[in-house]
Amino acid sequence: MLYVDIQKRLPDYVLHARFTAKDEIVVLFGPSGSGKTTILNCVAGLTHPDAGLIRLSDTVFFDGHPKKALPPQRRNVGYLFQDYALFPHMTVEQNIRYGMKKGTNLRLDELLASVGIDRLLDKYPHQLSGGQKQRVALVRALATEPDILLLDEPLSALDADTRRQCQDELLRLHEMWRIPFLLVTHDREEAERLGDVILVTENGQVHPQHPQSENRTSLHAGIERESSGGRS
Amino acid sequence: MNHPDLTPLLLSLKVAAVSTSIVFVAGLLIARFLTRKHFWGKHVLESFLLLPLVLPPTVVGFGLLLLFGKNGMLGKWLAEWFGVQVVFSLTGAVIASVVVSFPLMYQSAAAAFSGIDRRYEDAARTMGASEWRVFWTISFPLAWPGLLAGFVLSFARGLGEFGATLMLAGYIPGKTDTIPVAIYFAVEAGQMDKALFWVIVIVSLGMGTTMWLNWWSRRSVRRFANTK
Repeated sequence: MLYVDIQKRLPDYVLHARFTAKDEIVVLFGPSGSGKTTILNCVAGLTHPDAGLIRLSDTVFFDGHPKKALPPQRRNVGYLFQDYALFPHMTVEQNIRYGMKKGTNLRLDELLASVGIDRLLDKYPHQLSGGQKQRVALVRALATEPDILLLDEPLSALDADTRRQCQDELLRLHEMWRIPFLLVTHDREEAERLGDVILVTENGQVHPQHPQSENRTSLHAGIERESSGGRS
Repeated sequence: MNHPDLTPLLLSLKVAAVSTSIVFVAGLLIARFLTRKHFWGKHVLESFLLLPLVLPPTVVGFGLLLLFGKNGMLGKWLAEWFGVQVVFSLTGAVIASVVVSFPLMYQSAAAAFSGIDRRYEDAARTMGASEWRVFWTISFPLAWPGLLAGFVLSFARGLGEFGATLMLAGYIPGKTDTIPVAIYFAVEAGQMDKALFWVIVIVSLGMGTTMWLNWWSRRSVRRFANTK
């Protein structure tokens, strides 16, 4: 369970984000510049909020003191960057093995085969198509056996067909891994197709939007109280 | 001149090799540090580091003489505690070469490091890599073409250093006469054939260096092409 309650001053507004995520796909949906990526970076520890709390299960990532924040290395977070950030000087295999833990039981070959990149291991990133890069980056992030997966516009660089396939793949992988996926997108269709919970970000505020069915939401009670008229 | 005395070549190579090793490590560390830290006075410090690039070498040599001379701050201290004399020694030539070629290494390294997309380093951190590992497996290899260019330029600059070297190390045949100094004093003494010999040697070295650098950087550009 991820618990986020943070404030951060950005150039144009103050970002307030308060939500929780169980082992489900939580979509942060909103226009560009609305603070979505900043939220992911705060969870990953690449930047720090000004105040607040970030906690994943019993591990406190951040409790209001930037200097005492848990470094990204120790958060065990998988992060799929917007344009993947595959290391250009390493092969696909070196990229994927970079963050694998010693003595892991991970069945890498199965994971590779399940997304169809098992024949690309010797290639360099610049030799891959967009969809292949996306899959490699996804496997690289999962190969670290993270406790949570962050995805920043993971499908925005892909054509419509590939995007559809990758969406199905994401849903399938989520079924397999059962960890929180926190996914950023500005595409409403994608948000609705993938999200168990959709959070709308706008001008630094994060509001819940109820998706297809009510019972799939798992928002923190505090947000619901706040959004329905504040609390005492 | 059947058997030219090759001491100047050996001395030049020695000075350039030692000074380039020092400059490479120092330039790399300082550039790495300064490209990621922001503090008051950073620009002043950077300008100071680049100063030898724009000053006449005689001015640099003069400054070094003040510092390392027998009564200079560092010179006195080095002589008293270590018995090291910098003036009129090969150490002096190395110091002159370090100071003059440092800006070239620093600039190349700073450009190389700030040219790296920081998300590569961030990605490595989220994958659990320590800062040490991030540096050696991501930052260093990605900055390598720029670092190597800085290395080669510093070496070439060290090989050709004249003004500051002459002021600090002087001209002692067999001891501090590097090629550029040897050329100057050969001409002064009217030994044009000797001067010409060393001119040809140093032009060949310079051409070889820049041609190799050109070839290498084109090759490495190809290797890193389409990486984004």
